[in-house]
Amino acid sequence: MDLFYPIQLFSDWLTFGLLNLDKKSIFGSSLNFFIYDSVKILILLIVIIFLVSFLRSYLSQEKMRKLLTKKYLIIGNVLAALFGIITPFCSCSAVPLFIGFVESGVPLGVTFSYLISAPMVNEVAVILLFGLFGLPIALLYAASGITIAIVVGFLMGRMNLEHLVVDYVWKIKAGSMGQEQKPTFKERVNQAYIYTFDLVKKVFLYVLIGVGIGALIHGYAPEKFLAQIAGKGNILAVPLAVLVGVPLYSNAAGTIPIVKSLIEKGLPLGTALAFMMSVTALSFPEMVILRKVLKLKLLGIYIAILSLGIIFTGYLFNLVI
Amino acid sequence: MQIQVLGSGCARCKKLHELTSEIVKELELDAKVDYITDVSKIVEMGIMQSPVLAVNGKPVMIGFIPNREKIKDLIVKALE
Repeated sequence: MDLFYPIQLFSDWLTFGLLNLDKKSIFGSSLNFFIYDSVKILILLIVIIFLVSFLRSYLSQEKMRKLLTKKYLIIGNVLAALFGIITPFCSCSAVPLFIGFVESGVPLGVTFSYLISAPMVNEVAVILLFGLFGLPIALLYAASGITIAIVVGFLMGRMNLEHLVVDYVWKIKAGSMGQEQKPTFKERVNQAYIYTFDLVKKVFLYVLIGVGIGALIHGYAPEKFLAQIAGKGNILAVPLAVLVGVPLYSNAAGTIPIVKSLIEKGLPLGTALAFMMSVTALSFPEMVILRKVLKLKLLGIYIAILSLGIIFTGYLFNLVI
Repeated sequence: MQIQVLGSGCARCKKLHELTSEIVKELELDAKVDYITDVSKIVEMGIMQSPVLAVNGKPVMIGFIPNREKIKDLIVKALE
């Protein structure tokens, strides 16, 4: 049975029962769609973010850093990409994290793997994909994100770009925190609770707006209208989608529900995935912050390789699916 | 007494600086809240997150917890 069936019942009751809207009317079905999606996403966000943030209190950055300094071919990249999934990532931490990693001997390529995976495969994006598209697509997105993080980081590691890191980074002496205090179980739960509500409060408004626009598209846009302009026949659609995604960073939560409706109207899945990856991974504010530690040339190389990786993934899925 | 907010200049860092300044006023502490955007200071403390709240040079909060009472609590405890 569908786990979310009760929400559908609730939504049906509200729109067709209580508000007495016509089941066949566009407005009725759009509203039904809006209520169902937003309630479902709200529940998923609260439950999953809480669990993830509770579990993550057991993995300290100190432990992570120690594991990543061991230099095995590509394994460091794989680990870094995996750590990126569970750790919270705020672009405010990008610079101290970068310096901390590089200073303590984490290879540059491995550091990039982490920097790509952390924002791209974040819990909010994956929850929204799971809630709106189902598990297979959420996993597909996560798997491609991790693969891109590993491959791009690995390639950049092979290019020996250390001289393109801003010089002062190498002069900083990373200190040690000494004994890390172990929080009690109650403290962990409490922290996770505060974190969850802060995050949900922040993203849910965007989700509502996104689902709202999605519902409008669902109800009012002509069937398959995107298939003509952005369909598989249009070779430029994927790079264009990546370009459009760059300035949408803070709205990853609002963008995904819109994308769902766009797919219904004929946007190919690969193009849609490329677009979502660009929204989460190629964010303008983060690039500005990274400029503090990367020389312009290195930042350019990073953006170029990452964009190519995302575009390639988009084409690949358009071809395969 | 020295209270510092260290951050890379992001929105959360500014928010923490504002909150901390308000709390210090509220507690009538004889301290100025310094806002430091030099990220190398964070790294020198052995921390890889931002923002950081430090009392007398010791980090008391790493990352931003958006809870006024909690921050107040941490400052008071650090001063004991």
